[in-house]
Amino acid sequence: MKALFLRDLRLAVRAGGGFGLGLAFFLIVVVLVPFGVGPETEVLRRIAPGILWVAALLAALLTLDRIFALDWEDGSLALLATSPLPLEAVALVKAAAHWVTTGMPLAVAAPFLGILLSLDWAVAPVLLITLLIGTLGLSVIGTFGAALTVGLRRGGLLLSLLVLPLYVPTLIFGAEAVRRAGDGQPYGTPLLLLGGITLGACALLPFASAAVLRINLRASA
Amino acid sequence: MSFWEFANPRRFIALSDRLVPWVSGLAALLLAVGLIWGFFFTPDDFRQGSTVKIIYLHVPSAMMAINIWVMMLVASLIWLIRRHHVSALAARAAAGVGVVMTLMALFTGAVWGQPMWGTWWAWDPRLTSFLILFLFYLGYLALWAAIEDPDAAADLTSVLCLVGSVFAVLSRYAVNFWNQGLHQGASLSLDAEENISDVFWQPLVICIAGFVMLFLALVLVRTATEIRLRRIAALERRAAHA
Amino acid sequence: MPDLGKYAAEVLLAYGVSLALLALVIGVSWWRARRVRRALAKVEGRGE
Repeated sequence: MKALFLRDLRLAVRAGGGFGLGLAFFLIVVVLVPFGVGPETEVLRRIAPGILWVAALLAALLTLDRIFALDWEDGSLALLATSPLPLEAVALVKAAAHWVTTGMPLAVAAPFLGILLSLDWAVAPVLLITLLIGTLGLSVIGTFGAALTVGLRRGGLLLSLLVLPLYVPTLIFGAEAVRRAGDGQPYGTPLLLLGGITLGACALLPFASAAVLRINLRASA
Repeated sequence: MSFWEFANPRRFIALSDRLVPWVSGLAALLLAVGLIWGFFFTPDDFRQGSTVKIIYLHVPSAMMAINIWVMMLVASLIWLIRRHHVSALAARAAAGVGVVMTLMALFTGAVWGQPMWGTWWAWDPRLTSFLILFLFYLGYLALWAAIEDPDAAADLTSVLCLVGSVFAVLSRYAVNFWNQGLHQGASLSLDAEENISDVFWQPLVICIAGFVMLFLALVLVRTATEIRLRRIAALERRAAHA
Repeated sequence: MPDLGKYAAEVLLAYGVSLALLALVIGVSWWRARRVRRALAKVEGRGE
């Protein structure tokens, strides 16, 4: 399991692996927003948590199809399926690798990009924590979506359509927690619910992802 | 391969062909009675004026939008567990109706709210949940269309329906939480249809029954179509190998 | 037509679009069913 994890990490960090791509996309979206809504500081400060969350979510979405694409194309996914490692573990490991190479960097970068949006700095720790927890959930959910569309050649758009509605609860609770922290209100409830969704996803979705991978492998055999 | 690829589908088509005229007729009757009664022969509401008449379309379509998804969930489970092809095809057939019902619920809900909210759309928890449901329907249909192998398509969409159902329920609670966070309370929800008097309730029940019959007729017809399409594909495959 | 008062436009819009949607799904379902039934008859007539 560890070997698979490290291998995926290395693949992602290599050129064309998508590691920098997510961060660059995150930056671009955040930079675009003021051009769209105007440079007024108060407006930006108010929408900053939401914008950062949405931008991070979209950036995470961007690299989802890589999770299985390479292994599918060269046949190593079929090999992984026959290995002693259960496919459920493979799915979880790949989701974790995606999180480490995409979600975590996004979460860490968010408070700094928030400066561009006049983000209230007091809220930065909450932003960081919610994004760390949330992007793990997004990676696990996204892995399920990637498994569904793994056999399709132009599956990217369909992947987005399938995954984005699944992202809504995480987005709602994550952004709400940051907003409440910004208003000085207790944010424990949304934070807990966010954690609950991520934990539940980690516990249950790998089974769905594995089932779906088996279906696709069988269909392509 | 046998004469028909599957035994059950032949019986289903026979059943469908026999039932559809009756169910359609009943649906037409119920809808005509319900809608005409509701539109022409009910009074206006004290607060909402004549917009209360939209209830005869909004409530049935909203109920159908949700119940059709539940039916799809059950059909997907039956496919995954018992491998009844008819079940998988029925789920796909139902989805086509469900997406239209969801659209109708969204449109009528938005229009109904316009005089009260002053805007053509409001992020009311109910409407927002239906918008998310609409996206789920779209994704489900898109996945069916994208996968070539029919059995794989049935399997994948069934799993999607399962996972989607869990997230749909999650979203419902999340959206309620999200809207309540606006400190506006539940004032924007359209629960005028709760505690409504008999004057409105009777034609409404008839409309709901009409919509259910319409759905039944449509799903019978559409599933039979799906089965026939599979049959055509099977025959053409056989001819190609011969 | 009953007196719809000041909300006439909204009510008629709601009814109009809804009935159009119903007509659409009914029409498409029925037309497709007819087309496929004919196609099947043709393929079956050809083969067996």
